[in-house]
Amino acid sequence: MAEPRHAAGPDATRRGLLKLAAYAPLLAGGGLLLGCGPSRGRSADLIPNALLRVTAGGRITLFLPKVEMGQGILTGIAMLVAEELRIALEAVDVRLPDATVSGILAINPETGGSTSTQETWLPVRTAAAAARAMLVAAAAQRWGLAADACEARDGAVHEQHGSRSLAYGELVDAAARLPVPGEVPLVDPAQFTVIGQPVARRDAPDKVNGRAAFGIDVRLPGMLVATLVPAPMVGGLVQSVDDTAARALPGVRHVVVLDDLVAVVADHYWAAHQGAQALKVQWRDQGNAALQQPQIEAALEAALRRPGAVAGSKGEPDLVLARATRRVEASYRLPFLAHATMEPANCVAQIADGRCTVWVGNQTPALALAAAAAAAGLPVEKVTVHTHLIGGGFGRRLETDMVTIAVRIAKAVPAPVKVVWSREADVRLDWFRPAYADHLAAALDATGRPVAWLHRIAGSAVSARASPDYFKDGVDLDTVMGSVDQPYDLPAWRVEFTRVESAVRTGWWRGVGGTRSAFCVESFIDELAHAAGRDPLAYRLALAREPRAREVLGQLRQASGWDAPRARGIGRGVALVTNWGTFIAAMVEVDASNPKSLRVRRVVAVVDCGQPVNPLAITAQVEGGTVFGLSAALYGEVTVADGAIRQSNFHDYRILRNGEVPPVEVHIVPSTESPGGMGEPPVAVIGPALANAVFAATGRRLRRLPIDPQLAGGA
Amino acid sequence: MKLRINGTEHELAVAADMPLLWALRDVQGLTGTKFGCGAGLCGACMVLVDEVPVRACLAPVGDLAGKSVVTIEALESTELGRRIQSAWLAEDVVQCGYCQSGQVVSAYGLLAKVAQPDDAAIDAAMAGNLCRCGTYQRIRKAIKRAAGHG
Repeated sequence: MAEPRHAAGPDATRRGLLKLAAYAPLLAGGGLLLGCGPSRGRSADLIPNALLRVTAGGRITLFLPKVEMGQGILTGIAMLVAEELRIALEAVDVRLPDATVSGILAINPETGGSTSTQETWLPVRTAAAAARAMLVAAAAQRWGLAADACEARDGAVHEQHGSRSLAYGELVDAAARLPVPGEVPLVDPAQFTVIGQPVARRDAPDKVNGRAAFGIDVRLPGMLVATLVPAPMVGGLVQSVDDTAARALPGVRHVVVLDDLVAVVADHYWAAHQGAQALKVQWRDQGNAALQQPQIEAALEAALRRPGAVAGSKGEPDLVLARATRRVEASYRLPFLAHATMEPANCVAQIADGRCTVWVGNQTPALALAAAAAAAGLPVEKVTVHTHLIGGGFGRRLETDMVTIAVRIAKAVPAPVKVVWSREADVRLDWFRPAYADHLAAALDATGRPVAWLHRIAGSAVSARASPDYFKDGVDLDTVMGSVDQPYDLPAWRVEFTRVESAVRTGWWRGVGGTRSAFCVESFIDELAHAAGRDPLAYRLALAREPRAREVLGQLRQASGWDAPRARGIGRGVALVTNWGTFIAAMVEVDASNPKSLRVRRVVAVVDCGQPVNPLAITAQVEGGTVFGLSAALYGEVTVADGAIRQSNFHDYRILRNGEVPPVEVHIVPSTESPGGMGEPPVAVIGPALANAVFAATGRRLRRLPIDPQLAGGA
Repeated sequence: MKLRINGTEHELAVAADMPLLWALRDVQGLTGTKFGCGAGLCGACMVLVDEVPVRACLAPVGDLAGKSVVTIEALESTELGRRIQSAWLAEDVVQCGYCQSGQVVSAYGLLAKVAQPDDAAIDAAMAGNLCRCGTYQRIRKAIKRAAGHG
């Protein structure tokens, strides 16, 4: 039998998506590593690499090679440093560095794809361990001892068989003169004292008293505030603008016409907003004014009827299916989704003295830098991007449109300008999670096991636009993630993808392809279990390939009371996700006794994300990802009518409110495997677990999301 | 226009129809109060007006003459504010943190009125505050902790 062929291997995550090579223009002449690498003489600090320095005062500074958008990396990364440097967590300061051509953030391609811990786990520990080794070597030198007769502990180097000790601060000067060691032993996981402990978030105090500075909070002397008027139809361009009434309003200073937007620049947001209301803009349709949602869905469905590009296969699934006596088929539909981050899109930009300066919360500071330079028409050396805390990313801030638009406006205004999207503009000008159509077919043998599996996927290829390296031979490797490497043992299978674009622009969204895969694969495996007359959890346990997958399922069975009797109208659903380096199984229990108002009663999740760094953050990601995923599964839907995005604000793009969320119970499996990602797996797992629970409660199989309109309308 | 903000009388040279949110953020520089929706749908802009939580994005400053506005920046100067903020830290509530000013202000409004709120009271008081990161479960625990029964 042929070996499985994976266009996208099991590691096909967006990890490493934006490779350093992509930044060649940024680095040319900039001397990236020279600019911020080990330096001697200029300062007495010990700088084992670009990220880390031990100061003469004995404090540790880490320049965060990621951004903080709520995932808790600011805290988790400090834990890695404290562990390897054997110093109190309180002695580690983490700073958000600016993105400049020679700065640290030029080596931080992106914060996305659940990679914050995965990608920093080894490099940051290695840097800290190198610093520790240098401090130990400096002490050993001073005492005339061998390095292994000295031990780093509690922020000092101690003589192992004696009473002498030197605080790091006393050793920095000498250590900084030593060569940076090439290979350094990392702390043995069995000896961890910080990693794995619950640590409260370090950014929390300033987030409960209003002091945390998000990009939208930037204020500069003489700064003006702008807001945007977007075209009513997707892709529309400005034909003409009558700004007489707008300019007559007090506080309105400028009206800036871009190709596809009009910006009103004023003393403050309120004046800008009123100016935007008073503008009269004629728009030029680019052929989308008649676009309707059913047309987009019909195009997706049509694509499902044709073979797609093969993303992966094994054996001869068509032959097995043709001969099969039991065949199960199902189609699934997923809608466009908005990010609706609580902090609306915004960016501050200033063009002055031949330089461009940007203040923004963005998930790709290096691309933000490049975007600013391109929009300003300046070389990257003349650009600085100040990085801010992010009031919700979820993939929205992997785009740099905020930067481009703000810089274009700033070019027309002789003052720093803060561009703030209204919520309506934020929703309508989003880069939406693609809508998808999937079709699955499987053959079952006499025991009910799947012996052939065909999965056809149609949808927008975000990679083709945003990360071409990930679009290969017609396959979007992100879209098919979780489909080509689904969790179950299948003797023959094939996954196909057909790219279908519409005028609705698409982008990364917490989970993207993996979330699509999880809904379709986990709904379908549930359908197969029922067709086979098997318990859905036991069926998965019997088929799951990886021991870690079986472990989380087995623990879920116990922890969730899966086998306990349930009352009429109560249903329990399960789902399993094995992507982003993490294994997560979740149980959702619903009360569907009132057919028109579903209640999610409780959620239990068991997660194996490898070595836990901060269990509090892991639990927070599961709790929060559950709410994010439930909002999408119950209510999330962006639609087009007459060429316009119909949704605009939280009344028609609903997210769960406090009283609507179920209790979420989280169990973390102890592990010393490399850490996996936690941002996306909980979002992916919850939608199918919910749909499967509805089936268990009602016998009704929901093959499209969102669920709520189907309950209310009985569609 | 005279407005009492965080205990101090301010003379604001703004139009009477300007929502308090923008007077706070763009005129007074009190950026702890957040813009989320501009339509009273998300609660990110919650402030206290005479101790009652109010959505600043919908409250014209002209309606607030003679009233006392308290924003997130001033809550730590009150015993209840400090109690809520330390409960928020103890429960490790925040993620991105953008909505939390509004959450804390709404919780203050609730606990100032009901010392020991039950779940239904928490639901009612907090339904107007959206959190996209999904910190709701911890917010509920923090409110109970601040009330002394968590």
